[in-house]
Amino acid sequence: MARMKFVCDAERCIECNGCVTACKNEHEVPWGVNRRRVVTLNDGVPGEKSISVACMHCSDAPCMAVCPVNCFYRTDEGVVLHDKDVCIGCGYCSYACPFGAPQFPSQGSFGVRGKMDKCTFCAGGPEENGSQAEFEKYGRNRLAEGKLPVCAEMCSTKALIAGDGDVVADIFRNRVLKRGKGAEVWGWGTAYGSKQAGQPAAAGVKS
Amino acid sequence: MRRPILMAFALLALTACGEKPQTLGSPKSDAAPYTGTGKPYAESGWKAGDRTSWESQLKARTQQGQNDYNRMN
Repeated sequence: MARMKFVCDAERCIECNGCVTACKNEHEVPWGVNRRRVVTLNDGVPGEKSISVACMHCSDAPCMAVCPVNCFYRTDEGVVLHDKDVCIGCGYCSYACPFGAPQFPSQGSFGVRGKMDKCTFCAGGPEENGSQAEFEKYGRNRLAEGKLPVCAEMCSTKALIAGDGDVVADIFRNRVLKRGKGAEVWGWGTAYGSKQAGQPAAAGVKS
Repeated sequence: MRRPILMAFALLALTACGEKPQTLGSPKSDAAPYTGTGKPYAESGWKAGDRTSWESQLKARTQQGQNDYNRMN
């Protein structure tokens, strides 16, 4: 199996925030913390584009590189997770992350939970799979139930795709070929090294 | 008589000066997701502990749930 990956298709995202709501509900994420957000560029201008952003579970994760207490680890499936019992809540990871994934609750000295919180690709944490302790610290472990991240499975337009990187790439490639545009999806180049990423659309192609 | 008392008092007073070891922690080991949760909420179509069946189940689920071209054609 390849690495688990997310990709958000900017041509399909309609900024409904269903992914954000599904994530908060599934994991009972506290107030002030959004593991996933929808970002819109040129909001209100014709041709605006939206994309759903969370932890991209980077292959070379900068959060792991800067963590002073080494609380991060990567699973065999390529999911970047962290141990809240080791995290000291310093916030270095939030400065290093290009996607703004690490979250810190705004209440209390270090927040309600006191530790960094981020998207787990619905894979829980280092506690026992499916245990109450795992749920309270990291949320539900859907991968261990044979399911995929709820944000992608709930996406009404299937803009957000999650799963095995090879399958995700196949689905997205097929879409781009069928509609003839949209390979310049944001973040694709960073996460997957596409040569087409960031290139302007060809002349005559509608946005 | 006073000396042992003074020594005991000094020992008691200096206990606060001791330093706890501060070894750098590391994450706890995490069980692989294909081992399952042991709870009744798991999807059917794969067997807990069988990595191959778990991977096949997730790949099939991705295609069925997220590839809408499969439903159209």
